[in-house]
Amino acid sequence: MAFTAPKETYSGKVFEVAIGTDKTAVFGGENVLPFHSFEGNIPHRPVIAYEIQDVPPDDWPETVKKVYEGVSGDPVTWAKYCQDTLNAQAIALRLVGTHPDRENRSPEDAAKTVKDVLAAINVPLIILGSNQIEKDSAVLVSVSEAAKGKNCIIGKAQEGNYKTIAAAAMANNHKLIAMSELDINLSKQLNILITQMGFDKEKLITDPMCSALGYGLEYTYSVMERIRLAALTQNDTTMQPPMLADVGMYVWKIKETQASESDLPQWGLLAERGIAWETITAGSLLMSGAEFLIMRHPEAAKAVEKFIDELM
Amino acid sequence: MALTGVEIFKLLPKTNCKKCGHPTCLAFAMKLAQRQASLDACPDVSEEAKKVLGEASAPPIRSITLGSGDKAVKMGEENVLFRHEKRFVNPCAFAVEVKDSMSDDEINKIVDDVLNSEIDRVGQKLRIDAIFVSNASNDAGRFEGVVKAIASKAPAVPLIIATNNPAAAETAVKAVADKKPLLYGADESNADAMANIAKTYKIPLGVTAKGLDALTALTEKIKGLGVEDMVIDPCAKTAKEIIEANTYIRRAAIKKNFKALGYPVITLAQRDDKMLEALIAALGVTKYSSIVVLSSIKKWKNLSLFTLRQNIYTDPQVPMQVEQKVYKIGEATPESPLTITTNFSLTYFIVSGEIENSKVPTRLAVMDCEGLSVLTAWAAGKFTASKIAQFIQESGIENEITHKELIIPGYVAILSGAIEDKLPGWKVTVGPREANALPAFLKSRG
Ligand code: B12
Ligand code: SF4
Repeated sequence: MAFTAPKETYSGKVFEVAIGTDKTAVFGGENVLPFHSFEGNIPHRPVIAYEIQDVPPDDWPETVKKVYEGVSGDPVTWAKYCQDTLNAQAIALRLVGTHPDRENRSPEDAAKTVKDVLAAINVPLIILGSNQIEKDSAVLVSVSEAAKGKNCIIGKAQEGNYKTIAAAAMANNHKLIAMSELDINLSKQLNILITQMGFDKEKLITDPMCSALGYGLEYTYSVMERIRLAALTQNDTTMQPPMLADVGMYVWKIKETQASESDLPQWGLLAERGIAWETITAGSLLMSGAEFLIMRHPEAAKAVEKFIDELM
Repeated sequence: MALTGVEIFKLLPKTNCKKCGHPTCLAFAMKLAQRQASLDACPDVSEEAKKVLGEASAPPIRSITLGSGDKAVKMGEENVLFRHEKRFVNPCAFAVEVKDSMSDDEINKIVDDVLNSEIDRVGQKLRIDAIFVSNASNDAGRFEGVVKAIASKAPAVPLIIATNNPAAAETAVKAVADKKPLLYGADESNADAMANIAKTYKIPLGVTAKGLDALTALTEKIKGLGVEDMVIDPCAKTAKEIIEANTYIRRAAIKKNFKALGYPVITLAQRDDKMLEALIAALGVTKYSSIVVLSSIKKWKNLSLFTLRQNIYTDPQVPMQVEQKVYKIGEATPESPLTITTNFSLTYFIVSGEIENSKVPTRLAVMDCEGLSVLTAWAAGKFTASKIAQFIQESGIENEITHKELIIPGYVAILSGAIEDKLPGWKVTVGPREANALPAFLKSRG
């Protein structure tokens, strides 16, 4: 019996999202499952943003902290280093210092940091809160205003605070990350709630919540696959925003990226182990449908870029 | 794709003789379609019908075993394209390449690494599964010698004998035939001779052809030659080609019941760049390869790939669990603190890992909650005050420790009063919410 390629046809398409004003980055837009270019069209590569913080990365493990030694004391220097030396296509500024249990920096401080960073770079900026529901509402509103007209991504809007954050992103013309907790129905529901406020669904980015390799990756992987299938095969427009894999922060807090070789010789070299963990987590989530990644280690990001080269 | 009752009915004798125990051939056909009867029950069924029905009821991807004995690896038998539909069945095997052109020292080193590759993770023993020996020297004598040496050094490890030269294949296979190696390297030019070897030694055959049309023609030809057990290689090189070929193969087998490609797939992932190689291997794990061949097996790379394979192949319906018991972490004494959590493997390994990090010897009571995380178990009514109290009482822990203080996860702080009510004499302390705060918490208690 002769072989006939069992091609699928898809009725839906992922929204295309463009960010930035000077140098822009575009992702999404495909009408097929991840890297299935043999049966459809994939106009853009996934985009990787390099993660930086408003405060020094004292809590990052050595492997990734030392890469940014000398630049990470100040977010502006750090951002420029990522852009100019590491050739980052986008930068994700996480305002962890605003968390009440951390430095508890004010929304005004955060706005100033954002302005300074924006003045120093020409690649797109992603502005993330500290993931504290109440504080993020205040901080993300103030940074949205500070970044007006810069076509940034603001995040993350969650069930408990999406109203204020979405309103601020809308008023200042930014894209918005909507994050729910590893459940396709919750993700869909949040996208619907946000669009019901008048927010353009084509400006959303879905974060189904990331997890690191070995720490629940399979949940993120399958939720992403199901979201993509709903978007493409059922043409469910509420599931068509591109998806974010916020890889770095989940990977660089687990044991495999920190335990020493002397404690666990059977786990191999610590530096490679950490980089591999971030690389494989990111690579797998590309397979399940992420179009936009936030990563920390440049070697991991570069390996993933090479992988994308081979996949496109 | 299974046949319908009516399709099966057309193949039966249609005499309604009832010998099968069913009133009519149609009734029997319906039972067959539902897999509630076996074709053997009809004594009059034709050979032709047996063949068609036998093929239709076989799994869409043939079950193949690599090697023999304890460390043999089962492949194939997959039923779905996406893991949320149903558990992926047989985890992808990792093999490392040994070239017979390498020095004996180099070869020994790799074989040692394979033998020492086992890692325990979330209660499973994971290892490099097989050695892929290639005839890079083009010298049949050297090839046989290397294959034999590896087989005697690592007798239990399954072998893949890789050559497209039938003469070299024959001597090498003969030397280790009892280990049921996979012979990899049948192609358009040597199919007859290679099929013959596979048949003679009753071993599976790895079939390679560029592209799926050629591969289809070749597996059909080889099947015609009497070889049933095959592993296929569509010769996809780049990641883009691999995802295309593997997706088409899996879809053809599962959605179209296309037998000519219903075999496990082998993927050669070797790259000079080790991190990229790990990514190509990850592509194989997530996208349908049954064997991934690596050029090197660094411990850090193994750990990440083993973990990925474990994640992708877990049952999406039944979470991984650990045994219910009170675990001692570090040199716990009767004075050491007592903590409690659920038996979801992930939760257990995170929490026990953090307790280890704290270097404070501690007991961790792990309660059976059907493998649910702390909050999920609480929401599902399995991690409640009365169940916790009962578990603590029945565990006999009171006889092993000198205090009566139980540290509970911060996320279930709400349970503390109720547990104290149900466990007279006990004090319940609320620990931090996130396990990564446990080291500081335990240390601060002095
Ligand atoms: C994956 C998941 C599931 C999976 C189950 C996975 C599993 N094996 O448990 C599925 C899909 C089956 C599921 C089902 C349900 N889920 Co659920 N689920 C989740 C999710 C997304 C992640 C859970 C997880 O794996 N966490 C990781 C593990 C490691 O966390 P953990 O066990 O809590 O351990 C951490 C801490 O508690 C701490 N810790 C643990 N032990 C100890 C011990 C000590 C001493 C200390 C100090 C600390 C500590 O350390 C760990 C790491 O920091 C969460 C949301 C979220 N992101 O948390 C919801 C969540 C837990 N689920 C929830 C609910 C309600 C349910 C359901 C009842 C209904 C539903 N919404 O689907 C069902 C119940 C299941 C049933 N059988 O009836 C709610 C619970 C609500 C609440 N706050 O009470 C959550 C929070 C989601 C939400 N926001 O609604 N769920
Ligand atoms: S035994 Fe065979 S022929 Fe007789 S009724 Fe059953 S199916 Fe029909």
